Amino acid sequence: MSEPASPDLIVVGAGPAGMAAATTAAEAGASVLLLDDQAKPGGQIYRAVEAADAASEAVLGPEYMAGRPLAAALRSSTVTYVPDAAVWQVSDGREVGYSAAGRAHLVRARQVILATGAQERPFPIPGWQLPGVMMAGAAQTLLKSSGLAAEGAVFAGSGPLLYLVVHQYLQAGVQVAALLDTTSSANRLPALAHLPGALRRWDMLGKGRRWMAAIKASGTRVVSGVSALKVLGDERASGLGYRVGTGPWREIQSEHVFVHQGVVPNVNLSFAAGIKHRWDERQLCWHPLTDAWGRTDLDGIAIAGDGAGIGGALAAEAAGRIAALGALRELGRIDAAACDAQARPHRVALEREGRLRPFLDTWFRPADHFRVPVDDTTLVCRCEELTVKDLTDVMEIGLAGPNQLKSYCRAGMGPCQGRFCGLTVQELMAREQGRTPEAVGYYRLRPPIKPVPFSELAMLDADDTANDG
Amino acid sequence: MSETFDAIVIGGGLMGSAIGYGLAQRGLKCVILDEGDVAYRAARGNFGLVWVQSKGIGAPPYADWTMRSANLWGGFAGELRERTGIDVAHEQPGGIEICLSEQEFEERAAKMATLAGHQGGRFTHEMLDRKQMLDYVPGLGPDVVGGSFTPHDGHANPLRLMRAMQRGFVDLGGEIRTDSHALELAAAAGGNVRVTTRGQTFEAARVVLAAGLGNRDLAPMAGLDQPVRPVKGQIIVTERVRRFLNMPTTNVRQTNEGTVLVGASQEEAGFDLRASARVSRTIAARSWRAFPFLGRARVIRTWAALRVMTPDGLPIYDRSETMPGVFAASCHSGVTLAAAHAGVYAGYVADGKLGDELAPLSAGRFDV
Amino acid sequence: MFKRITPESAAQSVAFDFEGRTIAAWPGDTVAAALLAAGETQFRTTPEKNRPRGPFCMMGVCFDCLMVIDGEPNRQACQVLATEGMRVRRQNGAAEIGPDDAIPGDGA
Repeated sequence: MSEPASPDLIVVGAGPAGMAAATTAAEAGASVLLLDDQAKPGGQIYRAVEAADAASEAVLGPEYMAGRPLAAALRSSTVTYVPDAAVWQVSDGREVGYSAAGRAHLVRARQVILATGAQERPFPIPGWQLPGVMMAGAAQTLLKSSGLAAEGAVFAGSGPLLYLVVHQYLQAGVQVAALLDTTSSANRLPALAHLPGALRRWDMLGKGRRWMAAIKASGTRVVSGVSALKVLGDERASGLGYRVGTGPWREIQSEHVFVHQGVVPNVNLSFAAGIKHRWDERQLCWHPLTDAWGRTDLDGIAIAGDGAGIGGALAAEAAGRIAALGALRELGRIDAAACDAQARPHRVALEREGRLRPFLDTWFRPADHFRVPVDDTTLVCRCEELTVKDLTDVMEIGLAGPNQLKSYCRAGMGPCQGRFCGLTVQELMAREQGRTPEAVGYYRLRPPIKPVPFSELAMLDADDTANDG
Repeated sequence: MSETFDAIVIGGGLMGSAIGYGLAQRGLKCVILDEGDVAYRAARGNFGLVWVQSKGIGAPPYADWTMRSANLWGGFAGELRERTGIDVAHEQPGGIEICLSEQEFEERAAKMATLAGHQGGRFTHEMLDRKQMLDYVPGLGPDVVGGSFTPHDGHANPLRLMRAMQRGFVDLGGEIRTDSHALELAAAAGGNVRVTTRGQTFEAARVVLAAGLGNRDLAPMAGLDQPVRPVKGQIIVTERVRRFLNMPTTNVRQTNEGTVLVGASQEEAGFDLRASARVSRTIAARSWRAFPFLGRARVIRTWAALRVMTPDGLPIYDRSETMPGVFAASCHSGVTLAAAHAGVYAGYVADGKLGDELAPLSAGRFDV
Repeated sequence: MFKRITPESAAQSVAFDFEGRTIAAWPGDTVAAALLAAGETQFRTTPEKNRPRGPFCMMGVCFDCLMVIDGEPNRQACQVLATEGMRVRRQNGAAEIGPDDAIPGDGA
């Protein structure tokens, strides 16, 4: 199926928000182009869900299977779905730049919904760059896509995804060397303030507690109150060193180390589009400014799902449907009354899914010293190989912000474009200069937000009767 | 309470940093007043050429000034490295402008002849045919017919240069105040000039307006005219590539880190800093013809910055008659002229008088 | 060591070359997954400091799994599906994109 020359709606990302948004809009008769950088739909959370069977469900859990009807609905819809498409820009005039099958294109749509989801938060510890160290989400990806699991691995960090992966490993009969939990007890009291809301989702709370109980019952070594971590080994990981409180350093030997301390929205596309963001102090990350329909300050561009703020897969699906309805109204395909009515059940779902969030965010808030390393030999910018010390040395002359820092030492100029250092740099600068992270700001991001082959850019397929914008 | 210095430099870009460095070297207690992290910063858009062959064609004073700076550059880079430990990656292997048609070649040859004509033996160049060019620049595409080569050209890392000049400035006792947008100039007691920012006032006997596009509004406060306007330039950057290009060319150069910079466009687009995919296409398409193998590299960044452009493209240097002590300077070649700005211009400011060589570059030339 | 938790399927596995070693990939494996399954964790060395790196995020955002695949440098191994007869090698340092049209590693 060839791509519509000027679709009503372009959706970027085929995770739960993107799949839901695209199918909802297509069902109402809009022409929809769905672009996703993976080969199959599902995003991260529902990765490889189309190939999942009963055995997968036993390992990965029943919630994972909720992605199947979403993918099925996408396949049977009229959505033009282009997998293996790298979206490298969205302009403020709704022109989407993407590369697929060796060609780069610029396509303008009347409405755009960004559903690019989340990534794992950076976890800078000494040695985190060594081969053998991966994020816990990577372990989950390997499990889902390739049925691969690392025997005798060490998992370290904090947050629901970490415990879920360990639980999935154990369900698969894979031995886990240890789970080192860095969750800070200082979070408990502030988290209790959110307990009433959390208790209204005691089902989700209960699920988490069942995972932890199963992990403990398996005999897997669980260490709580971990206050420091470092990767052992010179050329590759040989284990993980850890401390509990102010205790001595201990070691666990393993070739495979998985770390995780939460997820944060993918903001590169939204920042590069010029969308306004705000710093969220509870989730410690940037959120694009969106209204109740997911609309940003740019006309016709909305954001749905974890890319607007972490809420989980079911919240993402609801938000995707709401954003699609909003887009349909702007396209004139449904009227305001129908739009509000159809959105209502999804708003109920969104509210329901949001009840546990404040408690989770607070309970699992990563400690300051795990967000901004204390050991100044720790690598901050992986791409350009810059340590904490490299950065603080440059900050000494008195820098205005991360963009000046970037221009002086190349932090954030590598291929990952700040995805794994931006938050650390921002918070490091805030600490050094005694400012708030919001005041410090973030890297100024510009397209392409994914690398584009030079030859493709030189032969960009664009409507040349129009100008950029 | 006003803070008093020997000199105030308004603008912490390539110009302000070079001038500040030069003043601090001469023992003046100096402050640079800079805007915030997201100032227009022409410096960050600079391509990094230390370029002689395209400057001042038909304008001998500018050609002379450029040549003077290019000749000082090697020493300047060495001095910065010694003082700060920062290597600004300056190389002066010569430079090439690639021509993709016979017509381009002829036009280029004519321009070079003009420049050689008024510069005499001080400016040497060669028009190379394709075969000769391949000795200097590998992998040229079939569309390349030849180009101009001069031994005077080179390149440096503009961001490292900024960092080194500011580091040197601070080490020499200078102070940099960020988030200090200068709002007003006024005469003060004792022949000083007062500069007011949002929160503070500063006083000095010497004030240099090096605020780039901001000079347009500041200059009249001292009875000066700095008619500058923004001209957008866009650059695309590839991932790091094994070194293949040692000689800089006007539109393509490989940096010390191995990334390849490809530029540079010219757009009269006001203050719009958005990088445009269509402009990227134009830039990429031309350079792809020059270097076909570059097609396999990946573009990982584009940026647009605003050149500080004067009506005739030549710099403007002036000293105020009505507010003595105030100097204004604007140019769009902040890297090429950095050595002259630090080594010569700063001396003029310290002495309180511009040298004769800069007289033709006064804004007075626009009053015809 | 990574192990497979699902039984080997009837579908054909694919074989590709990794620096002289034959790697068997299961259908649907990315190059990164297949290499990890084969016990390989170092995929490249960094351009500045020549330090070893391997796959980190497995979702295409960290750019640490860059390898030379069928002569093309800077390919993210976690985003490339393994295919029969592929030639994969570590990328040591910056991408080799040379003016002489010979594609490095191709058949070498």
